[in-house]
Amino acid sequence: MDYSVKLEMFEGPLDLLIHLIHKNEVDIFDIPISTITEQYLEYLELMKSLEMSIAGDFLVMASTLIHIKSRMLLPGRNEGDEEEDPRLEITRPLLEYMQLKEMAKELSEREILGRDVFIRSDTTSFDEYPDMAPKPDATLFQLMDAFRRVVALGESKGSLTVSLEKWSVKDKVESIIALLREKSDIFFEEIFTGDQDLSELIVTFLALLELVHMGLIRVFQPSQQSRIHLTACFDENDPSVFREKDGKTA
Amino acid sequence: MKMIRPFSGRRMEKQLKLIIEALLFAAEKPLLVRDIQGALPDRDLAEIVETLEALRLEYETMDRSFSLKEVAQGYQIRTKPDYATYVLRMTKRSSARLSPAAMETLAIVAYKQPVIRQEIEHFRGVDTGGILRTLLEKNLIRIMGRKHLPGRPLIYGTTRKFLEVFDLNNLESLPKLKEIKEFGIGEVQATQTYENKTPAASTVQEEEIKTDHRIKESPS
Repeated sequence: MDYSVKLEMFEGPLDLLIHLIHKNEVDIFDIPISTITEQYLEYLELMKSLEMSIAGDFLVMASTLIHIKSRMLLPGRNEGDEEEDPRLEITRPLLEYMQLKEMAKELSEREILGRDVFIRSDTTSFDEYPDMAPKPDATLFQLMDAFRRVVALGESKGSLTVSLEKWSVKDKVESIIALLREKSDIFFEEIFTGDQDLSELIVTFLALLELVHMGLIRVFQPSQQSRIHLTACFDENDPSVFREKDGKTA
Repeated sequence: MKMIRPFSGRRMEKQLKLIIEALLFAAEKPLLVRDIQGALPDRDLAEIVETLEALRLEYETMDRSFSLKEVAQGYQIRTKPDYATYVLRMTKRSSARLSPAAMETLAIVAYKQPVIRQEIEHFRGVDTGGILRTLLEKNLIRIMGRKHLPGRPLIYGTTRKFLEVFDLNNLESLPKLKEIKEFGIGEVQATQTYENKTPAASTVQEEEIKTDHRIKESPS
């Protein structure tokens, strides 16, 4: 699953293409496709021989290049002016990517807080909320212990019944978010108040794990004995958190 | 100065300026005009904005080591870049840095937001999970929701903190995307050898006049 390709100049296939275009000093609007394709494949070979795991995207790009090359070789391409240059298939994303790289460079040249400019008592620089920083994160096992206690509480009330699945993780995620919108810091147990039976408790717990996984909330235990806290890692005033962006198409 | 009004004396205005200065001094986050008004309920917004502008000019003409900047739609006193070395030495902290890969990913999120991971990886061509996580931890990006697509992928966008860190007033003040010109590669190479920053708005004539590489950026 995990792969890392880290050569000096590039990281992804588009980076490799940019590197090759630079190296050959060619015009991006008139890429000599067969030269570039050849060199691109040589790099792939080199990466293989270095036992670097090659990301699938590199292979996709390789086949795209070969495909473009073959389309360029087709006769009569110049007669039909309607048909666009097959190289545009890579020129367009390349241009867009180069543009974004340029913007990354421009952004990093701005007066960056914590690097170029400073504010009084800026204890955070890039890090977020200082009051959250020193508190140790609760581990999954601490969470599971706490969950067992909550379940045990339910058992003692004698309200443990088995029923059909009525609760969805999605609903619970939303109700936890709603809770955190009211108060930005709550206790672990609070999210279970009102849960009727074991299945509901479990779904709530799963929703909690989901939120932690997404980085939307932070779970911590100030000390070994204290109760587990949950805090929001999203902007509480931002209504868009966890609402679908409809109308926006892919 | 235009802020002196017929109904209020010079003393009153001076007082207002000092109060606002105190608020700016004590604030931890960029101060919104409405935060200032919260502390000065009998003053109207226009008056406060005028006074802020007067303060900004005052610091500028006094040639202080700090300036009043407009970031994330608020006002904040920040040291000037010329003193960064000394401040870092004093605080014994290393300068805030992002790896080139993280910077690139952040730029893609900033310009393409709302954006899903797959769209980011379309450009970068490599797994960005780790980088996105780092950016989330640094609170430079946030999760805006999930997209109605198979797998319900997360939607990313930038945060207020992003604006603060990168000296931006809002997302509209992001540097404009540059057109890659005819001989695209040549242009990128040229900018790599450029030492000075050329603000997007500046005209060719202005660039020619510039000889000093460390021209201060005039706050917008």
